[in-house]
Amino acid sequence: MLLKMKFTQQRRVRLAQGLWLMSWLAVMCGAFIFCLGVYLKTELLRRAEVMDNTEIHVVPNILMMVGLASIGTNWVATRVCQDSLDASRFPRWKVLLLVWFAVAALLCCLLISVVVLSYALQGRLEESLKVGLRNGIRFYKDTDVPGRCFQKETIDHLQMEFRCCGNNNFKDWFEVQWVSTRYLDFTSKDVKDRIRSNVDGRYLLDGVPFSCCNPASPRPCLQYHLTDNNAHYNYDYQSEELNLYSRGCRQALTDYYMELMNSTGPGVLSVILIQMSVLVSLRYLQTAVEAATALENPEGESEGYLLEKGVKETFQDVKAKVLDIVKFAQVDPSATEESPGAADAVKPADNTTEKAVSPTPSPAS
Amino acid sequence: MPFMPVKFNLQKRVKLAQGLWMLYWFSVIAGILIFSLGIFFKIELRKRSEMMDDNESHLVPNLLILAGMLACGFNAFGGKVCHDSLDPMKFSKWKPMLKTYLQLCCGFNILLVLVSLLCFLMQFSVYLTLAEGLSYAIRFYKDTDTPGRCFMKRTLDMTQIEFRCCGNNNFRDWFEVQWISNRYLDMSNDVVKDRVLSNVEGKYLMDSVPFSCCNPGSPRPCIQHHLTNNSAHYDYDHRTEELNIWTRGCREALFSYYSSLMSSIGVLVLFTIVLESVDMAGLKYLSTALETMSEPENPECESEGWLLEKGVKETFSDLLTKLKTLGRTNQVEGGDAPETPAAFASI
Repeated sequence: MLLKMKFTQQRRVRLAQGLWLMSWLAVMCGAFIFCLGVYLKTELLRRAEVMDNTEIHVVPNILMMVGLASIGTNWVATRVCQDSLDASRFPRWKVLLLVWFAVAALLCCLLISVVVLSYALQGRLEESLKVGLRNGIRFYKDTDVPGRCFQKETIDHLQMEFRCCGNNNFKDWFEVQWVSTRYLDFTSKDVKDRIRSNVDGRYLLDGVPFSCCNPASPRPCLQYHLTDNNAHYNYDYQSEELNLYSRGCRQALTDYYMELMNSTGPGVLSVILIQMSVLVSLRYLQTAVEAATALENPEGESEGYLLEKGVKETFQDVKAKVLDIVKFAQVDPSATEESPGAADAVKPADNTTEKAVSPTPSPAS
Repeated sequence: MPFMPVKFNLQKRVKLAQGLWMLYWFSVIAGILIFSLGIFFKIELRKRSEMMDDNESHLVPNLLILAGMLACGFNAFGGKVCHDSLDPMKFSKWKPMLKTYLQLCCGFNILLVLVSLLCFLMQFSVYLTLAEGLSYAIRFYKDTDTPGRCFMKRTLDMTQIEFRCCGNNNFRDWFEVQWISNRYLDMSNDVVKDRVLSNVEGKYLMDSVPFSCCNPGSPRPCIQHHLTNNSAHYDYDHRTEELNIWTRGCREALFSYYSSLMSSIGVLVLFTIVLESVDMAGLKYLSTALETMSEPENPECESEGWLLEKGVKETFSDLLTKLKTLGRTNQVEGGDAPETPAAFASI
């Protein structure tokens, strides 16, 4: 037996009471995990317009699912604890507890996977933001195109909120036409020349939207002719750092989401610890109560353990059981090659053997 | 004849004590809430003190903090009294303090009424302070290299972005001040020179606004300069253009924020006053019901509780008499007044 412990009646009562409290704490933790998932999902959905794909949504989805499942499983654990000291009510949980342990172990694994995924998906998140922001900047001007009407507003709010500019930096705005043709005067020589000088016939300029302006700058914001030192008095664009936000929005958003996920990490890990404690304690309680019942002395001393055999033996047993199931599920290769007619002919014989094997139920049952 | 008498048996007394205990703890929570809101309001005033020329009154938040702390103390004490009220031994030690406690509660309720009134009345003061403070802030927007005003530009920009407003009354307020520092003006440029010379006070005025006035909801890129010149921009008419920059003034935006905050706090304080009054009435009933038990040794016996020992009229006249007596004892006799200091010295 693995990690066996002696339990008196008093210790069993103490364990049941402590576990009942811990199970309710785990229910709260489940609710916390669910809320965390909802919050993260909301934050991701808020910026869906600047994300190319939704792969990162797997993290909040798992959190929400695990949160709800955790509330359910730990509530069941509280019921088990209440019934554990009643010899007449505890046996009915025996079959269900096996399923419960499997579910609880799965929840712990899922929570660990969430922590791993939070770090593993950083590259995917960054790539998604890169493509999404590039499209966002490209469609900034399309305020009268259905489906893109609010792209400008979204990008402006994003740049102001996250104090960033462009995808990688403010120079990204120099590579796209971000002023709609609707607001360009084609009778103006300057506009005409600028469009003709571009291969794609786009109106490019070394300017940025107002949302790139940094309020901390001591001078009024310069938005246009940013690379032309002569266009502004007492200005050098190479040394000017405060006029615009220097950080790109991809960097800002990645930092924000990673910080959000990393800060949830310790919370999730502590929930894993609580869940594991509930799992282990409930196993001890189950085995101790069952041993006491077997002794036909509910008041007497009993032994509780985690595994009936050692880790190695238990693993081999599980392996053997799994192999049996796999063998049972396998189809005979020779049978598959036979014609459909032959297969049909075999069927009645199978049925008869099945009937013969199954014992006749007694009238008493 | 007592005012509003009620008959009590043991069960009713227990119910009253339990209900009161709960109400007192609700009042403690209300006190914590008032205290927290006082701190929040104080922080909000401090955050924008530059917008008010550092002239804002902290009377309301200070009173809220004080009232919140007192509410927690008084109500926790009341809760303890209710908890001990059904044990004659424990209750006897609280008995002498109850009269003083109820008087203090009355005084505290008067303070709460004053606080709630101030929450509504001081809004006018906030409005005037904002009007004056914002006009100063706009005037000093350009002074980013003047000690004490370095962050005025940043504060004003952040305020305009956060509250979606522009200028004091509206965006035209920016046309009346020079908001670009001379440090960034090329005085050798003819346009700049002409503009400065054409102004009586030698200020560089223009029909422009800072970037923080821009509205992200506008479908076109923000137009900040030459706002009143339609020919300076394609497909533009400054009279019909509503989305380009924020149309609401910051005085209105900030005042609406502060007034809604103060009104909400005022309503909460009024609710607390009602709660406190119910607590006081309940405690008075409980204490009188416990004092008037026909057989104090038998907890099952009936008793009578009331709010006032006599009617309202009699209680009021008694109070007046007491006040007059107090007034007389404090009076100085007429004959003694003209005496010389030497006479006092001889005494």
